[in-house]
Amino acid sequence: MSIYINKDTKVLVQGITGSTALFHTKEMLDYGTNIVAGVTPGRGGEKAEGVPVFNTVVEAVKETGANVSVIYVPAPFAADAIMEAVDAELDMAICITEHIPILDMVKVKRYMEGKKTRLVGPNCPGVITSDECKIGIMPGYIHTKGHVGVVSRSGTLTYEAVHQLSQAGIGQTTAVGIGGDPVNGTNFIDVLKEFNADPETYAVVMIGEIGGTAEEEAAQWIKENMTKPVVGFIGGQTAPEGKRMGHAGAIISGGKGTAADKIKALNAAGVETADTPSVIGETLIKVIKEKGLYEKCKTH
Amino acid sequence: MNIHEYQGKQLLRDYGVAVSTGIVAFSPEEAVKAAKQLTTEVYVVKAQIHAGGRGKAGGVKIAKNLDEVRAYAKELLGKILVTEQTGPEGKEVKRLLIEEGSNIEKEYYVGLVLDSATDRVTLMGSEEGGVDIEAVAEATPEKIFKEVIDPVVGLTGFQARRMAFNMNIPKHLVNKAVKFMAGLYQVFVEKDASTVEINPLVVTAEDDILALDAKFNFDESALYRHKDIVELRDFDEEDPKEIEASKYDLSYISLDGNIGCMVNGAGLAMATMDTINYYGGSPANFLDVGGGATAEKVTEAFKIILSDEAVKGIFVNIFGGIMKCDVIAEGVITAAKEVGLQVPLVVRLEGTNVDKGKALLNESGLNIIAAGSMADGAQKIVELVG
Repeated sequence: MSIYINKDTKVLVQGITGSTALFHTKEMLDYGTNIVAGVTPGRGGEKAEGVPVFNTVVEAVKETGANVSVIYVPAPFAADAIMEAVDAELDMAICITEHIPILDMVKVKRYMEGKKTRLVGPNCPGVITSDECKIGIMPGYIHTKGHVGVVSRSGTLTYEAVHQLSQAGIGQTTAVGIGGDPVNGTNFIDVLKEFNADPETYAVVMIGEIGGTAEEEAAQWIKENMTKPVVGFIGGQTAPEGKRMGHAGAIISGGKGTAADKIKALNAAGVETADTPSVIGETLIKVIKEKGLYEKCKTH
Repeated sequence: MNIHEYQGKQLLRDYGVAVSTGIVAFSPEEAVKAAKQLTTEVYVVKAQIHAGGRGKAGGVKIAKNLDEVRAYAKELLGKILVTEQTGPEGKEVKRLLIEEGSNIEKEYYVGLVLDSATDRVTLMGSEEGGVDIEAVAEATPEKIFKEVIDPVVGLTGFQARRMAFNMNIPKHLVNKAVKFMAGLYQVFVEKDASTVEINPLVVTAEDDILALDAKFNFDESALYRHKDIVELRDFDEEDPKEIEASKYDLSYISLDGNIGCMVNGAGLAMATMDTINYYGGSPANFLDVGGGATAEKVTEAFKIILSDEAVKGIFVNIFGGIMKCDVIAEGVITAAKEVGLQVPLVVRLEGTNVDKGKALLNESGLNIIAAGSMADGAQKIVELVG
């Protein structure tokens, strides 16, 4: 088991003929992801990395039965691409694109109300279920199959955590990058709920960063609902106030959104936090040993 | 991206939003010339810098005549203004706004922000204007009212009216306040602002409702469709290294330390800063080279780091996903050869195309210290810098 995606997921790549999309389509195919279709308006009938290309998402879904899309469309057109995926009633749309205007995303979120599609991202590395399905831009080789779920606001920091886990012999069920933008689709709580319900996931690593209140809200949810151990890390502990740290959402303003507040909220919810990103793996191992889960989580 | 008060007020004027009348001036002569064109008993001379708290810091002066305008302009221009938002180094005043004085009856606050809890633009208002609104929110949150705006219909009349009544705007001026808020919302969405704050919004003895200040922030991801806003950018307000970085779509922020950092991904870049601090070092910058960087961009990033004289060592920490390790290696090698590397360089590479990247660095002949992990790299560079 896993969450969101598995070996049966039929993947559609939106914007497949762009250079970044082509590179990662090949990487995903090499990993074993079942990519059934690509969409680039005006390029229907062509093939990209051996994958049939369609002009519209609806057409691609009708012809191939695709149920999850991954979006590599450039920022000015990405919001429209998300809405096209939602309109085609896909189960999930994973948007990798960064720098989508915030007000475009406000409209997208409004458009999505009452519709079935789950959005992950934008500005995220994607979702991967180890050894089954890799959707996004994460390096596949660092992931190993196992029993720890990973959810993160940061792409490269997710890789860091996964790498540490795999090197320590702790595999993962699914790793979900929710993205660093202030308006996004899936939040920490959505993913924590899935991990909590997934019988194969025994423990969770949650990686947050400064700015906003998503980590505090997640901490409250964990306190009230989570039955599995969660280990956390918050990036930006030494970031100065008023300086936006790359991600549109990562800024401490008016004394709000500090790492200290988030760590305090997580600790109060029983979440042990790693002092540095280098000990995320170690911290998880310590916690699962205490809970008697280490042997069950160890994969080699 | 921030703009100056006078630019924000011009933008509001363009949208029919009432603001106090004023003219920008770059010299004492221009200040006097500007004042002569105004119809007023007293003049307000306001320092234009990208930071709040100017009033308290002595950046706003009331002049009774043209001589005083000249004297205050001389005093303020070139002065380093230290406010609660500038940091201890302050900001040099290079522009002034000369305005007509207003007969203020009462001060209010209105603002538009993105609320990421609802994923909507939210109108905020309070009758506690003219003061630090964050302090009001802290002490008396019940005095701040909010209206969450549906992007399909925009700010509705009833919402703006309800806000005006909640703020205790005098009854006979509610319609003027509604018009003000409608215009404010229109400029916000049409120009892709991320925040707009009017503090204070004032009611005058003449029954006008005016913006006495205007603080705009724009969504940088949307600037590609607003050439007019891009033109308002004031490079004097920004760090030259940050300006150079922005030309290459690099996310760079100057910090006080001596260890230059080049990282891919904002989260990892923050975590790298944290780790360097943890081992007793001090980062000179935050630098996210981003996902789609080319070797040329990496080269420029490296040059920007090296242009900081405080830098005594560099730590490159890359975990390639969309970013490929060989592209990073190429960029680093080119830059190091072009500008000459005088300081220790620690490189940690992992992720997409890691073997290609490591091979390039090994064959380059450069004196590069390899690190096995982020912690290893951070410890090594902290030690080398001493």
